[in-house]
Amino acid sequence: MSLRAAALSKRSSFRTVAPLRRLIDEVGSVDAVGVEERVAKYTTRSIKKRSKVWGLRTAVSMVDLTTLEGKDTNEKVFSLCQKAMRPHDDPDIPSVGAVCVYPRLVRAAKRALAGSSVRVASVATAFPSGQTSLKTRLAEVRSAVGEGADEVDMVISRGLFLAGEIHAVQDEIAAVVAACGPVARLKVILEVGELETYDAIRAASFLALRVLRPGDFIKTSTGKTSNNATLANTQVMIEAIRDFYLETGVPIGMKPAGGIRTAKHALQFLIGVKETLGDAWLNNQRYRFGASALLNDLLRQLVKERTGAYQAPYVFSEAVESY
Amino acid sequence: MRTRPLTRAASRKPNGTVTMAKNGAAARIRRAKPALTFGKLWEYEPAPETVDPGIKPAYDLFIGGKFVPAKAGGRFDSISPADESKISSLALARSADVDAAYAAASSAYTRVWSRMPGRDRGKYLFRIARLLQDRARALAVAESIDGGKPIRESRDFDLPMAAAHFFYHAGWADKLHYVTPGRAPAPLGVVGQVIPWNFPLLMLAWKIAPALACGNTVVLKPAETTSVTAMLFAEILQEAELPPGVVNLVTGAGETGAAVVGHPTAAKIAFTGSTEVGKMILRQLAGTGKKLTLELGGKAANIVFDDAPIDAAVEGVINGIFFNQGHVCCAGSRLLVQESIAAEFVARLKRRIAVLRVGHPLDKNTDIGAINSKAQLAKIHALVKAGQNEGAAMFQSSCRLPERGYYFRPTLFTKVTPSHRIAREEIFGPVLSILTFRTFEEAVEKANNTAYGLSAGVWTDKGSRILKMASALKAGVVWANTFNKFDPASPFGGYKESGFGREGGRQGLLDYLR
Repeated sequence: MSLRAAALSKRSSFRTVAPLRRLIDEVGSVDAVGVEERVAKYTTRSIKKRSKVWGLRTAVSMVDLTTLEGKDTNEKVFSLCQKAMRPHDDPDIPSVGAVCVYPRLVRAAKRALAGSSVRVASVATAFPSGQTSLKTRLAEVRSAVGEGADEVDMVISRGLFLAGEIHAVQDEIAAVVAACGPVARLKVILEVGELETYDAIRAASFLALRVLRPGDFIKTSTGKTSNNATLANTQVMIEAIRDFYLETGVPIGMKPAGGIRTAKHALQFLIGVKETLGDAWLNNQRYRFGASALLNDLLRQLVKERTGAYQAPYVFSEAVESY
Repeated sequence: MRTRPLTRAASRKPNGTVTMAKNGAAARIRRAKPALTFGKLWEYEPAPETVDPGIKPAYDLFIGGKFVPAKAGGRFDSISPADESKISSLALARSADVDAAYAAASSAYTRVWSRMPGRDRGKYLFRIARLLQDRARALAVAESIDGGKPIRESRDFDLPMAAAHFFYHAGWADKLHYVTPGRAPAPLGVVGQVIPWNFPLLMLAWKIAPALACGNTVVLKPAETTSVTAMLFAEILQEAELPPGVVNLVTGAGETGAAVVGHPTAAKIAFTGSTEVGKMILRQLAGTGKKLTLELGGKAANIVFDDAPIDAAVEGVINGIFFNQGHVCCAGSRLLVQESIAAEFVARLKRRIAVLRVGHPLDKNTDIGAINSKAQLAKIHALVKAGQNEGAAMFQSSCRLPERGYYFRPTLFTKVTPSHRIAREEIFGPVLSILTFRTFEEAVEKANNTAYGLSAGVWTDKGSRILKMASALKAGVVWANTFNKFDPASPFGGYKESGFGREGGRQGLLDYLR
């Protein structure tokens, strides 16, 4: 241990305020009642006609069509990719933002999506728990990028975060940023369901925001726990993105994931974006939905807007509903 | 031990110069100061509420359980503030009509209502509450058409709250002896009530529900600009088969109100409205022995300390002043923000009002509806002008206003001092005056430096400070880390020139009992 580190360590033993508490003091706290009241207003917005169609199409283009199951195969990923490129016969309906798979399936997805605008995202860093050594996790990231992943979805070490080792959490994120290299984008999953409080979600958001590059994302959850994206925890994160952007000029994207199954719910998330971050975030460069069942409901609503009638579910090709 | 700074942002200069690694080489990029764009990218289409409110073209007075024309035959129109069109025609009650209303109320009091067991009175109140819920959507639409408030508020606040007041007081009707332990409470007699135009149906519920629960009968005059929902309420009373004469509704303006207030039969007068009229009533009733409760104006302070969760506070301040276009007696019309966060807080307020939508009251996406009347709009314009003339700095959102109707942009004033008119007088419109303070004592001093004392808000993360503030503030209601929260069980009322008496809760019942 160097002298400086030893001095710091000594000083730290006199510290009465825990690092997480100091970070919350620095970035500001969140009032739970207040944020839940704010997002309740999004659910009373009524999106009709042309604005509904625009919102639905935009939402389609923001979907990260996802399959993250042990039983995933190359064939399943191939069919997912077809759906991603051409969600519906209607040529006015755009392709989705990305396909999100496990690292082993990146190559298959990349091959299936060749020549299209759909990107390949790969979860990495021992998704969903993150419970392996940093070395292993970084190797996994490098491998996924090497296989051709355009985007990497990492998980933070919630254990370290809750134990107060927030510097270590940030160092790990920085290491993953470096491992992604210059091209691949990074999405940092905070797994909000395990962070307990809105204060912690805001603090964790800032930990990530401060080491990310423009165009990277923060993301709510893995979809593998019972608490996933809600309007409220997403609001806390987009407020962090907003505050960080206004302070530094660095725009970071947002990806709520898990639990968004209906078009109506997705539009409520977009209303939050419109009224908090503004127009510059209403595109798939800065906003994504981690979902799969959502896509067919968006399509169903779009067809309903065009024809005036709801179609039976079997009219739409199968979506992968692992989330 | 790690020495990495928690922030890489430190290397980013606040003047907007950003250093970024690009292809391994550092490239310096000049940026404008970061700003958010709230433009036209995703306009919400109009989403009008289409339920038919069932408003009739003309209404008579509601006296003795029946609709009866005014004796002198006078009529006046109710105008929609959203587009200045005529909604309905109302009968103008003069003193002969008010006499008839009091006679009906008096007879109903002695013959039926005061003798009826509390549990039976409760049944009627429960019935009224359920009918209000059944008709909630149509009544909400009528309320928005008549008064100009956004449908979102009349649907989600006014109607549920009005029904809640009837439910709450229905429950009390047979338990009144618990309100006054040790003695048997008795009703007062006939109660004369005059209500304002800002929450027509809700104020009616606040007045009528406790009066009836306690065994009184009522003569009530709704505000002349917003009488339509009172008439729809009369239809509900008929349907509920409330005994004739228990509730009588007389429509008209100031003269009718004076006749209601001055009538010798009234055992008690309950008034909600302006301090000016409240003072007149107080003078008029002096020496008559009538009981009186007044709920008058306000100039509430919303006090934001530097440790408050800032976005929640912004939201609360916005809700405090722009709720119901600022036509709220307890509106947080003065913002007191701690000096150290003032600039940041005002910047956030400006960003927030950029996404407030001013529009037609019946559009479900409208946040701020129409100003209630031409006269009120003129008053707001005059006070805003006075604010500018006195040197305060004005900021208004740039949203589009509808072409017809009475509308006013959400407005902020900074550089306001406690002696400015906009910091002292009740504007009753979407206009927020922003003052700063440095210490706890200064905040209390400035908050209490007003003739009013209806409500206040405190925003801080520190619980002990909330309690200390709450006892130092001379206001009937102090909200902590929230604003505009109401419950039938919670008494509401003022200090100083905001009036006296309480509405809601056990204290509210005491004002209707002897």
